[in-house]
Amino acid sequence: MQHYSGFGLVKHGLSYHENWQRMWRNPTPKREYDIIVVGGGGHGLATAYYLAKVHGITNIAVVEKGWLGGGNTARNTTIVRSNYLWDEAAWLYEHAMKLWEGLSQDLNYNVMFSQRGVMNLGHTLQDMRDIHRRVNANRLNGIDGEVLDVKQIQEIVPHMDCTANRRYPVMGASWQPRAGVARHDAVAWGFARGADALGVDLLQQTEVTGFRISGGKVLGVETNRGFIGAKTVGCVAAGNSGVLAKMAGFKLPVESHPLQALVSEPMKPILDTVVMSNHVHGYVSQSDKGDLVIGAGIDGYTGYGQRGSYPTIEHTLQAIVELFPIFSRVRMNRQWGGIVDTTPDACPIISATPVGGLFFNCGWGTGGFKATPGSGHVFAATLAAGKAHPLAAPFTIDRFISGKLIDEHGAAGVAH
Amino acid sequence: MLHIYCPHCEEHREEEEFRPKGEAHIARPADPENTSDEDWGNYLFFRKNPRGLHHEQWFHAAGCRKFFNVTRDTVTYDILETYLPGQQPAVTAESRKAKASAQASNQGAAK
Repeated sequence: MQHYSGFGLVKHGLSYHENWQRMWRNPTPKREYDIIVVGGGGHGLATAYYLAKVHGITNIAVVEKGWLGGGNTARNTTIVRSNYLWDEAAWLYEHAMKLWEGLSQDLNYNVMFSQRGVMNLGHTLQDMRDIHRRVNANRLNGIDGEVLDVKQIQEIVPHMDCTANRRYPVMGASWQPRAGVARHDAVAWGFARGADALGVDLLQQTEVTGFRISGGKVLGVETNRGFIGAKTVGCVAAGNSGVLAKMAGFKLPVESHPLQALVSEPMKPILDTVVMSNHVHGYVSQSDKGDLVIGAGIDGYTGYGQRGSYPTIEHTLQAIVELFPIFSRVRMNRQWGGIVDTTPDACPIISATPVGGLFFNCGWGTGGFKATPGSGHVFAATLAAGKAHPLAAPFTIDRFISGKLIDEHGAAGVAH
Repeated sequence: MLHIYCPHCEEHREEEEFRPKGEAHIARPADPENTSDEDWGNYLFFRKNPRGLHHEQWFHAAGCRKFFNVTRDTVTYDILETYLPGQQPAVTAESRKAKASAQASNQGAAK
C-alpha cells in the first residue's frame, strides 16, 4: 500500500497527480474464504479491517451488492458522540470514540474527524432532569459531559434563538466536547484501503441471494457470481438485515424505516459545533464545505425505498427554523433517505444466530455511523473467536426473549 | 406523500392526517399464564418486516380517530388496498404472485 504523506503529495504533484496507486483491487472471488463479511458499508469494512489487523485473519471477503460505502455510510449526518445513558451502550460507543480519536493515524487516511462538540438541547423541565441524569451517568462511566445553562449555550452558538418567550424555549443542554463529526465517505474508503492492503478481497456488485446451510451450520453464501464458501459468515447489512435473516430461515427483531436527511447550499462558516434537539426534533451541523447538514427522525412507516415522505422533511425544517430563525431563507440543495434497521430498545444486535457460524451485526437504527470503528472492532473479535466480545455480549438477539433490554430511547430514539 | 383511503370516512386523505401503527394481524397469546418467554418475545418484538407487501395498521389521527388496515408495498410505497379491522386482506404476496404468473401464461397463450 502506498503510504500517504505530505511528502508524497509534493512528489505526486511533480507528475501532475497522474500516478497515484488505486486505493483497492477489484479481485475475482475465490472458491473459499475463512470468513465472509456480507455488506461493504462502514461497519462491514471496519470488521474486515480489524479481522485482518488485530486477529491476523486475512483470507476474508467483503461481499457488497452495490459499491463500497454506498448505503447508510453515504447517507448519514456524520455525527459522532458517545453520551449514552446505560452502561452497556455507553461502553460500546465510548470504545468506538476512543478508536475514532486515533483512526486517521491508524488508517493513514484522513477521516477528517473533528471534535467540535455536540450539544443536546433541553426545552422542558423534564428534558433538563433527563439531561442531568444522562450527564451524570456519562461522567460515572468516564465519558466527558457537562450541563450547560442558556448563557453558556449562547457563548458557543450565538445565532441560536435562546429567548425565553419561544414556544419551546432553550432551557439548557448537555455538552460532550469530545464528540463531533467525521467525513463519512472517507471512513468507508479508509477502512477499505486498509483492509485491501492486508489482503482482504472486496467484492463489489456481488449480491447475496441465499445461504448454503447444512446440519444447522453455514457453509457459504450463494451470490449472483456463484457460490462462495466460508465456515464463518458475518452479516452487516443495516436496513436489509431482515431480508438476509429471512434467507437464513429466522426472524430478527428489527423494522426497516426510511431516515431522511438534507443539506443546504454552501455558506460561510456560521456553526462550528453540532446542535441536536430531541424535543423539537432536529439536528444540524455545518460541513467543512459549508453546507448545513440537517436530519431528524425516521418516517413512521416501514420501507425499503431509500426515500421518505415530505411531511417528515417539513417537520425537520420547522424544528431547525424554530432554533435558528436566521436559517429561514437558506435554500436546501439535496435531500435523500436511507433505510435504517430499528430495534425495539434502540440498541444494536451483535449476536450469534440460530445458524451455526452465522453472525449478525445490525439494528444500529438511526445512529450507526458514530459506532463504525467500535462496531467493526468488537464484531471482528466476535467472528474471530466464534463467541461474543465482552462489549458485544449484552447485545444478543436473546435479550428480546429474556427481556434484558437496554433501553436507549432517551439517548438514541430520536436525535442523531 | 402518501394518499390514503380511510375505509371509515370513505375518503382519500393526505398522509399527514394518519399515523402508521405497525404490522397488522398480530394475535395476542390466548393463554397468557401459560405462554413461554419465547412466545411472548415473538409477540412483542419480532416482526415480519418484509421487503414487498406489508399488511399494516394505520390510525386516522386527525380524522375519525379510528384504526384500519392497509396493504402497502414497502419498496414502491404503493398502497394496494385499505380494509377494516377484523377483515382479511384481498391482496397478498401469494395472490400477487399468482396474478403475475397468470398474466405471464396469458401473454404466452396470446403469442
